[in-house]
Amino acid sequence: MAEIRKPRSETVFYERAIRKAHRNKRIYKYGIIIGTIIAAFFAVLFLTPIILTITNSFMSSSEISANYGAVFKTTENGGKVFISKTVNLKFIPDIVSFSQYYAVLFKSPEYLVKFWNSVLYVVPIVGVQLMIAMLASYGFARYQGRVREVIFFIYIILMLMPYQVTLVPNYLVSQWLGILDTRWAILLPGFFSPFAVFLLTKFIRRIPTEVMEAASIDGAGEWQIFSKICMPLCKSGLISIAILVFIDYWNMVEQPLILLSNDELHPLSVFLSKINAGEISLAFAVAVIYLVPPLLIFLYGEEYLVEGISYQGGLKG
Amino acid sequence: MENKLKVLDKVKDKGEKLNRMLRRNAAGQTAMPKKRTNLKEHLQKKSTRKKIRETVVSWLFLSPSLAGVLTFFVLPFLVVVFYAVVNNPIQKEFVGFDNFVRVFNNNAFKQAASNTLMFSAVAVPLAVALSLFLAVVMESGIPFKSQFRSFFLSPMMVPIASIVLIWQVLFDYNGLINQVYLAFGGPSKIDWLKSDKAQIVVVILFLWKNLGYNMILFMAALSSVPKDLIEVARLESATERQIFWSIKMRYLSSTILFVTIMSLINSFKVFREVYLLTGDYPYQTLYMMQHFMNNTFASVDYQKLSASAIMMAIVVVILMFIMFITEDRYGRDIEG
Repeated sequence: MAEIRKPRSETVFYERAIRKAHRNKRIYKYGIIIGTIIAAFFAVLFLTPIILTITNSFMSSSEISANYGAVFKTTENGGKVFISKTVNLKFIPDIVSFSQYYAVLFKSPEYLVKFWNSVLYVVPIVGVQLMIAMLASYGFARYQGRVREVIFFIYIILMLMPYQVTLVPNYLVSQWLGILDTRWAILLPGFFSPFAVFLLTKFIRRIPTEVMEAASIDGAGEWQIFSKICMPLCKSGLISIAILVFIDYWNMVEQPLILLSNDELHPLSVFLSKINAGEISLAFAVAVIYLVPPLLIFLYGEEYLVEGISYQGGLKG
Repeated sequence: MENKLKVLDKVKDKGEKLNRMLRRNAAGQTAMPKKRTNLKEHLQKKSTRKKIRETVVSWLFLSPSLAGVLTFFVLPFLVVVFYAVVNNPIQKEFVGFDNFVRVFNNNAFKQAASNTLMFSAVAVPLAVALSLFLAVVMESGIPFKSQFRSFFLSPMMVPIASIVLIWQVLFDYNGLINQVYLAFGGPSKIDWLKSDKAQIVVVILFLWKNLGYNMILFMAALSSVPKDLIEVARLESATERQIFWSIKMRYLSSTILFVTIMSLINSFKVFREVYLLTGDYPYQTLYMMQHFMNNTFASVDYQKLSASAIMMAIVVVILMFIMFITEDRYGRDIEG
């Protein structure tokens, strides 16, 4: 009797399993649909401000003041323009006009000067910080020692310190060196920022030591191992670090506010907020111009950026 | 004759030596041992030399960065510590914790610290939970994954200065959010940036900016969960919820900690948004630590500056030690 019952229960078991699998599949299918809807919802929330900024930059100044008059209270046209009581948010301008860009690029040089300031801060900082970090991270990653471990830990602490802490020592040094209110006050601390060192060390530590040992046995000198083997293998790491450093300094607000009392040296990231209401239509165009370099970098290097962020996870690595 | 005798002696000597060697050979010993120790010593000497060389090389590579970090961060920080315990930079009289007490009793500092704390207490848990949720949604096999990832990551690339204008349009008293709020039956307009609601706006901005970054970290952690472990759990008829809470969460724990600490540290940076939105003198609930520091810089009060910087530093170091200790404990757990 028992022998007959056994196969029966087995089929029941399988039937149940199949039914369950079907149900799971159905749940899974619904799950994907719901997941897509949620993701799409967030994507719209995330993208709307960016798209609005870009489309608004193509509106003429009269259209801007008609739409946002209630917010920014434009008075440049002496009330001749209809100023709405409420805000009309428009995705697509009535007439696509490049007049704002024309005005920014050819008529108001101060924006370009500030943009150029930003470039003059960010490009040297990215370049030099990366070069110093390449050397230092090789020193950290290739050979280990107790003292070096402690120093690396100090680097991590420094990297995580907020500006409220690091700006005080920076200010004091700049004062002693007499570089307060000059570009160097921003540049020099930027050159030696420990962030790139930390991340690049993590990248180099992933290179198998056998590769470098083999090169060493084949007679490669330390500098050759560094420049011909280590750095080419870390190329993607270098790019992703460059992107992260670029974003950080392209966005800087705290340092110029404290280290540069001279407005002329301020980067566009600070200056943009000081545009007065009369030029609000220009502001959108300036904002978009300021947004273009990081956006291009993002389009080019998104994969690198993602890789760089993933490497940051787990500080000890 | 004498010469002959000498030669004979020499030959005898050699013969004896040869005999001794032969005997030793017969006993299974050779003359090699002596040489072998020589080689060992030689190798040892070489390896210590190599070690010294390696140490020198690695310090040489480190030196430029080390010099910069020492001059721009470490040494001046020691001076900051010194400034924090003296009465003023000229007299240099030791006053102990007076400066700290003075800062602590300062109303502006209290306001700034409590605002920053309040903000972090709300924004950080939200940032962690929402980004984890987004990462789970992203990893659940939805279509257009890479496109969605780009969308979520794009706010990170956008300079805050560029986007502030549109936030002003949205959250102004006559702005769009208020219109929507009224349309959905809100009683009256809210002055978002100049009322107690101001912190909500900043929290939204913070989330908008930081969710993508956190999400990438979570996605990396989720994809590192071994697939076979989940397969086995499915075969053992574990429900999805069980798989998530008992397996994935176990692997995510250290990432959650990391994301929490990073969000906390990023939340100290929210000053950027606040400053660009509202300028030097924001509504009082938006008065952040950095505002306090800026004002103290303006008044050139080194004692106050140093003391508050050190207090901030201590908070950050404590946070980091919590992270390292817990990571040690959990990290080992997972690898085993």
